[in-house]
Amino acid sequence: MKVSRSIADINAKIKAGKAVVFTAEEVIELVADKGAAAAALEVDVVTTGTFGPMCSSGVFLNVGHPQPRIKLNEVYLNGVPAYAGIAAVDLYLGATAIPETDPANRSYPGEFIYGGGHVIEDLVSGKEVRLEASSYGTDCYPLKRIETAIRLDEINEAILYNPRNAYQNYNVAVNRGEKTIYTYMGILKPGMGNANYSSAGQLSPLFNDPLLKTIGLGTRIFLGGGIGYVAWHGTQHNPSAERDERGMPKGPAGTLALTGDLKQMKPEWLRGLSFLGYGATLQVGVGIPIPILNEEIMSYCAVRDEDLVAPVVDYSQAYPQRLSGNLGLVSYAELKSGSISVEGKKIPTASLSSYAKAKEIALTLKDWIEQGEFILTEPSLQLPSVDSGITLKPMPRKDPEEREDR
Amino acid sequence: MIRQKIVLRFPPHIVEQPTIYHLIKDFDLMVNILRADINPKKEGRLIMELSGDDTAYKQAIEWMKGQGLEVMNLEQQIIWRDDRCTHCGACTVICPTEALYFERPDMIVKFAEDKCIVCELCLRACPARAMETLVENANFG
Ligand code: SF4
Ligand code: SF4
Repeated sequence: MKVSRSIADINAKIKAGKAVVFTAEEVIELVADKGAAAAALEVDVVTTGTFGPMCSSGVFLNVGHPQPRIKLNEVYLNGVPAYAGIAAVDLYLGATAIPETDPANRSYPGEFIYGGGHVIEDLVSGKEVRLEASSYGTDCYPLKRIETAIRLDEINEAILYNPRNAYQNYNVAVNRGEKTIYTYMGILKPGMGNANYSSAGQLSPLFNDPLLKTIGLGTRIFLGGGIGYVAWHGTQHNPSAERDERGMPKGPAGTLALTGDLKQMKPEWLRGLSFLGYGATLQVGVGIPIPILNEEIMSYCAVRDEDLVAPVVDYSQAYPQRLSGNLGLVSYAELKSGSISVEGKKIPTASLSSYAKAKEIALTLKDWIEQGEFILTEPSLQLPSVDSGITLKPMPRKDPEEREDR
Repeated sequence: MIRQKIVLRFPPHIVEQPTIYHLIKDFDLMVNILRADINPKKEGRLIMELSGDDTAYKQAIEWMKGQGLEVMNLEQQIIWRDDRCTHCGACTVICPTEALYFERPDMIVKFAEDKCIVCELCLRACPARAMETLVENANFG
């Protein structure tokens, strides 16, 4: 029997408390046992999860007007600068922003103890955050300076808006150089002393819907412990990346822009991080439900770590210099086993994204759906996929004095 | 028979005294030095494993305290904050003794205190800052 379900069918089952939900890990065995067709007949939704450092994250805040009013110009939240180049008391605080007083890498490797990601964690924890701001003063907005404290429940809006999250696959970072390097992929010991990866593999959202057949604009998701939505495709979205015969990308490919109301999120799933020698960032918990509309979608969700590969990239030379090529492909099963083999050398592996927490997210989302608390949405627009022709473009380096448009 | 890892702190005026010699000669203890350093203020720190007779061990500890040394059991030194740990595993390839390790296949990170040699590499390698130390270690980082 051929399975064909609509999202409306699934939602009716969710509301009746009858939806059958598996996590992307649990469903592997089911499909191996019964085959994709039979499994598709049985399962309505597969839940995914990922909990990794995602630098392209941040929050829009509207902090309200003081008396008298102010047009915020330079703003610091617990010393961390926020962007105020929008309306008077609207701000955007990015996850990697650091205080001007932070020594950064002047004392190499810098510790980056506190940055934008930590402010977001503090806000969502309900802590009071110091706000210092200055302005040039206008007739309508006379105040020129303010020092106060804000709390999440006291401000008008706090909207998490992350331009790029949930990377579909990522590099495995090694260091072929002679000294330790400090990167956004963690500490990399010389002579390929370790290999760091950052994906939940078989649990990762975009590995379970590789061609973006179900995830689209407006898809309701688990974001930061609360409810969020897919807002657009993410920045650096690269659906044209090389793929295997099943459509799984062999390196970094699709991305998602995600958004949601920070006020209903939880600090457990939005964690400020400090990467030695690199900077501050935010660890974001994301979980996306995949509606099992047919057998094809089911077979994507059955993907296993053994079948997913990532490229090993040298972060001492190839990555910073943007040289093409890699040191080979390794599977997520190998990465998770604790060591990989590159150029005949056995290298211990570690992860930056937490598999255990990704699983917890997938299980939480499963629970929400089973309890009838989480209803699926119909995407209002498909995101660009492999047939879109979208590719990743580098920044051109040209003489700005000799602009071609003059 | 006792086997215990300890941390000794020496004020500047005792750094140059032959403490280890006394532990071996007077108390008949076996000494395995795991780490030794002196900070810019000329205070010393020694991390070692002592083994030997129970009574002699106790007497040796009392003798060292009498000499003005600060003595602590090693497991009190590094704290793994389970509530802050995200189980990412970034520390597992940095920790030299596998005191921090992945439990497979669940991919849960565990901390085996008895294997920790207080090298403190994990303190800054953990992005979530889930590793802490009880003692003010600014000069021993
Ligand atoms: S690096 Fe920190 S957060 Fe990650 S597993 Fe180790 S102790 Fe836990
Ligand atoms: S202090 Fe050193 S030995 Fe102890 S857990 Fe941290 S890295 Fe491992």
